[in-house]
Amino acid sequence: MRRTVVLSVLVPVGVLALTVLAWHLYVTIGDVETFILPAPDLVIRTLWNDWSTLGPALWVTLKLTFSALALAVVGGVALAVLMAQSRWIELALYPYAVILQVTPVVALAPIVVTRIPDTQTALLVLAFVVAFFPILTNTAQGLKSVDHNLRDLFQLHGAGRLQRLWYLEAPSALPYFLTGLRIAGGIALIAAVVAEFAAGSSGAGSGLAFRLFEAQYRLNSPRVFAALLLLAATGVAIFAATSLVSAWALRHWHESAVPRDR
Amino acid sequence: MRLADVGKTYANGVLALDGVSLAVASGEFVSLLGPSGCGKSTILRLVAGLSPPSAGTVELGATPGEADALRREISFVFQEPTLMPWATVAANVLMPLRVRRVPRREAEDRVAEALALVGLDGFAKSYPRELSGGMKMRVSIARALVIRPRLLLLDEPFAALDEITRFRLNDDLVRLWRQFGWTVLFVTHSVFESVYLSSRVLVMSPRPGRVVQDIAVPDAARNEAWRMGPEYNALCREVSLALHAAMGDRA
Repeated sequence: MRRTVVLSVLVPVGVLALTVLAWHLYVTIGDVETFILPAPDLVIRTLWNDWSTLGPALWVTLKLTFSALALAVVGGVALAVLMAQSRWIELALYPYAVILQVTPVVALAPIVVTRIPDTQTALLVLAFVVAFFPILTNTAQGLKSVDHNLRDLFQLHGAGRLQRLWYLEAPSALPYFLTGLRIAGGIALIAAVVAEFAAGSSGAGSGLAFRLFEAQYRLNSPRVFAALLLLAATGVAIFAATSLVSAWALRHWHESAVPRDR
Repeated sequence: MRLADVGKTYANGVLALDGVSLAVASGEFVSLLGPSGCGKSTILRLVAGLSPPSAGTVELGATPGEADALRREISFVFQEPTLMPWATVAANVLMPLRVRRVPRREAEDRVAEALALVGLDGFAKSYPRELSGGMKMRVSIARALVIRPRLLLLDEPFAALDEITRFRLNDDLVRLWRQFGWTVLFVTHSVFESVYLSSRVLVMSPRPGRVVQDIAVPDAARNEAWRMGPEYNALCREVSLALHAAMGDRA
């Protein structure tokens, strides 16, 4: 048991170390130009030295991502609950959710940015539009996936609409919602980055994507990679956090979160 | 409780029941016995008010007022335990009381009482996935008993269990029925189970279902001795023959 735990940490860490080493050797032995591929130690040093630029940029992007995600959770769940109440509401609203989803955010961004005077609000709208769809569809699916016999039982005992929603449909939909949340967490970050790129915002309140773009224009490759590293780390952290929330919320009962006895 | 000339056709055109008439007196334990697909479960759903009849009438109690009161005192047990996997045993049993807005203190006492009746005291905080099939069924029965029902509808509740567990749950069910005097409508496709449990066995024909035989079972003590005795065996034989006759050439 202990051995498995130790190995499950050692294996990924070891592979990571080997990858970084290979990268380092490739750059030094191959004498690769810094603007093509900076050495790993240079990227880390740039991260440290440029923190006064990158840190605030990271903060801007994080705020944008989490605001969009929070709005997506509220909006997606509210719309899913609304659509679960009546097939007519679902038929009336679902097409618009799909249209918003299939329209590429890159195409949408210039339109939204030029219509909304405040850039950060425009970016928030764009990231929200992308992030809310997986939460909506997964939650809506979950609300519909209630065991039919349990539904009958609630009807037999005279449960009202709110009681059914709270005691039956919401817990049934929870695993589906959490799947939606995990997907939405990842793409909220992607959407925030894409929206920043597409909007081309500048000056105060610029996020990581803008700094990355800016560094690329100046051929400041180490900073490009440092920004990239920060984005990747943020993505991994969001995924890990949403996975942990999911495992914790389902720990007592759902097959996905319960260890298998052997 | 009476069904008069009841028919049921499903939306897909399947005629499940045709001209079913039956009456169950207060305090009776009546089994519906028939081949699968004969509409036994449909009868339970009609009685529970979960689906409306296509023809005929379903009456509960003597007056319309009594029918409404009685509707609130029906419990249903399905073939599967049908528990909420996210809720503890206690929370599952509590559900019908919670929906009825029974005060918390009283509700908790009644949950404990219901769990004790089915021999599950000490499992209140367990989750359904931690229980065996028989124990899950006991939880399902406790949930049905917690409202102190007057009418208990059981849809092949023990069909998926092993024989040893089934015998024990049969004995418990008969004991509780004698103690509380519910009216029970029990759907099964086991001849032996129906005779052992019931005060009356109604034999049904294949689809479209109809009640073709009504066999009364004398009020004897239900125990291992009776199960081994001549009366039980003669009744099982009689019910089996009636079932074969009902199946006609298809048996």
